[in-house]
Amino acid sequence: MTRSELIAELATANPHLRVADIETIVSTIFDGISEALARGERVELRGFGAFVVKHRDARAGRNPRTGDPVEVHEKSVPFFKAGKELRERVNHGPPARAGAGAVGTGGV
Amino acid sequence: MSTVTRAQLAETIYGRLGLSRNESADLLEAVLDRVAHALEAGESVKISGFGTFSVRQKGRRVGRNPKTGVEVPILPRRVLVFRASQVLKAAVNGTEAPAGEDEG
Repeated sequence: MTRSELIAELATANPHLRVADIETIVSTIFDGISEALARGERVELRGFGAFVVKHRDARAGRNPRTGDPVEVHEKSVPFFKAGKELRERVNHGPPARAGAGAVGTGGV
Repeated sequence: MSTVTRAQLAETIYGRLGLSRNESADLLEAVLDRVAHALEAGESVKISGFGTFSVRQKGRRVGRNPKTGVEVPILPRRVLVFRASQVLKAAVNGTEAPAGEDEG
């Protein structure tokens, strides 16, 4: 699913809204998350997951093609950790799929 | 460090459009639910300029209870991975995204 498919699905489900408004809503949400991360804040959406910024120290890396040593500067990376509910939904698949629950219920 | 939650995101939607607070919150939920629904079906979700959520199939492996050291089988499972777009990666570093690399 792409951003435009997401917008199209929401438009079908909400015929009382203009597509332009739905585009604004979708952009507001993802821009809002991006801006919070850019400020160094975390975004926590219970049941869905949490977006956080992780810091990576500078390290000595290598050009994978030539093997030349290169210096990798310290940097921040966006990270998403799926929430419990979403993790379980992804692992078990849609409830409609009979028998899906038997697969991979494990983990520790 | 402060945390942004549903409430703030819903409030931003409320402030930007002429919707009620309730409807703004409902629409935020609808967006998250659509994304979750696609992932649940094993589909990737690609939000341009933000990132891609995809589902990865993990094979069976032998794990270990870190507390007791007892071996336990970890069954095959599906896990969610998020890959941030170049734009988002650049944003958290306070830099500009490389031109033409808004792939995801």
